Amino acid sequence: MTQYLEFEKPLAEIEGKAEELRALARANEEMDVADEAAALDAKAAQLLKDLYKDLTPWRKCQVARHPERPHCKDYIEALFTEFTPLAGDRNFADDLAVMGGLARFNDQPVMVIGHEKGSDTKSRIERNFGMARPEGYRKAVRLMEMAGRFGLPVITLVDTAGAYPGKGAEERGQSEAIARSTEMCLKIGVPLISVIIGEGGSGGAVAFATANRVAMLEHSIYSVISPEGCASILWKDAEKMREAAEALRLTAQDLNKLGVNDRIIPEPLGGAHRDPKAAMNAVAKAISEMLEELDGKSAEELIRDRRKKFLDIGSKGLAA
Amino acid sequence: MNWITNYVRPKINSIFSRREVPENLWQKCDECGTMLFHRELSDNQNVCTSCGHHMHITPRDRFTALFDGGVFTEVAVPEPLSDPLKFKDQKKYPDRIKAAQKKTGEKDAMLVAAGEIGRTPIVAAAQDFSYMGGSMGMYVGNAIIAAAEEAVKLGRPLVLFSAAGGARMQEGILSLMQMPRTTVAVQMLKEAGLPYIVVLTHPTTGGVTASYAMLGDVQISEPNALICFAGPRVIEQTIREKLPEGFQRAEYLLDHGMLDRVIPRTEMREELITIIRMLMKLPPQVVGDLPSPQDAEADSAEAANTSADAAASEEAAQ
Ligand SMILES: [Zn+2]
Repeated sequence: MTQYLEFEKPLAEIEGKAEELRALARANEEMDVADEAAALDAKAAQLLKDLYKDLTPWRKCQVARHPERPHCKDYIEALFTEFTPLAGDRNFADDLAVMGGLARFNDQPVMVIGHEKGSDTKSRIERNFGMARPEGYRKAVRLMEMAGRFGLPVITLVDTAGAYPGKGAEERGQSEAIARSTEMCLKIGVPLISVIIGEGGSGGAVAFATANRVAMLEHSIYSVISPEGCASILWKDAEKMREAAEALRLTAQDLNKLGVNDRIIPEPLGGAHRDPKAAMNAVAKAISEMLEELDGKSAEELIRDRRKKFLDIGSKGLAA
Repeated sequence: MNWITNYVRPKINSIFSRREVPENLWQKCDECGTMLFHRELSDNQNVCTSCGHHMHITPRDRFTALFDGGVFTEVAVPEPLSDPLKFKDQKKYPDRIKAAQKKTGEKDAMLVAAGEIGRTPIVAAAQDFSYMGGSMGMYVGNAIIAAAEEAVKLGRPLVLFSAAGGARMQEGILSLMQMPRTTVAVQMLKEAGLPYIVVLTHPTTGGVTASYAMLGDVQISEPNALICFAGPRVIEQTIREKLPEGFQRAEYLLDHGMLDRVIPRTEMREELITIIRMLMKLPPQVVGDLPSPQDAEADSAEAANTSADAAASEEAAQ
């Protein structure tokens, strides 16, 4: 059973009831619950549809952060073959918050890089909840540079609350590492494709998402600051995160109107975590289409187009 | 270009704009508590004459002290869309803008100018912390791009004085997008072979540090400036321990290899002239009285002979 989000409580109740009925029926062969259970299922299906029809920005944040949502590692395992992780920044450490390495996508060799949040307590701690330190960004810089030299497309999977705010991270130049990563994104003469699969948290996301094509999953978010952080600074009240999420325009749908993402990848009903396989297939389809769009472009064109894309952002608006 | 157009035509509002009598003739140093007479303080570029503490300085005052004779030409910045997100927190964003404009007398948080320092032509950009915390939004991004384009057009180095609490939340994702945009600006300079010098001033944090403010060929800071990605309070909350003395201050960053130099504001002009003239392969600065413009032309012609450098020949053309 999935972990329900707060706003899914009514759904949890109905699905729980249906589950309970079926359990009773299994214990007691005389009981016929089929009709009743089916009615509950139908009710639940309708409710799920209603709940997800028009998710508020804050609800989208919750879906984007859902612990069972497919993460970078899941995508790499499902969509790529021959994944060969490459470790370390050649300077200080290997940061497990960032996965990266050579792999094949539809047999084509590529470099894949992404934030990995972890899936249980142990892996979450190991991966620092997907919050990279400078070493993570420097590893990414190293891999992107290498991909550029060998003519391999780079695919980044973005899913981070942000770069890690820690003592060592600051001492080792967190800001410089992020800046260099963005710089490298803009420098390489190979197709760079980025998919925001969950949370696109601030500079830590930009460092990977300064790409020729940026796609966002339907319920993913991308923002300059978390709604909680924004609320506590501007509203002086972290509980105003709903208002902040609204004001920040952090949904894939709003960002598409601003030209920040090029496409929105549809998620299965109820979010990617309800059917990870379907979500991952949709991402695979989007990646191959985007690779195709960029196929045949020269290194110079790729660099020039990428720069222009970002220089132009802000010239078309959402207002009016 | 003759002497008149070069020196008289530029807006000299820098010299004449601030004629009002300041509200407070005395200002207390927030570090040592000494009462400082405003004239003495501004003559010392807002550095406490008693303890050397660096206080806030506006871009305009900074440029007046930086450029030869206090003369500089403002570089126009393309106007961005206004409030495309229709952002409203406790106040509407346009109201915050109006208040900041009224407070500072400036359009937004960055001023770009072209001029000469020690007869070395440069383009400079300075961020204004008193304007919404110096925050980086679309205007600041446009300003940095305009500065880089002007520098490339004129074949001059860019000196950027940073000061910001980070990205401007009221512009949402569009403020975040200034990180790649300004990085493109830095790349324009690098490709043109022009020096990009960053002077970090108190405070420079967040997305600003994580983009153009950390990509300089030479990274200089004013003393004791707070320079960080995540602020000390956020870090203390995350790691739940006390941070060491001087953490994230300029000298701490220098020790950790993140900066080239820490230089007091009062010596910054000379520092910049020295570094830039070497990077631009110009002869050492002529110390003492400025020679007459005729001699200046002769000097630059000489410089052009010893170097095929773009900037030198540009100087010779003047
Ligand atoms: Zn003092």
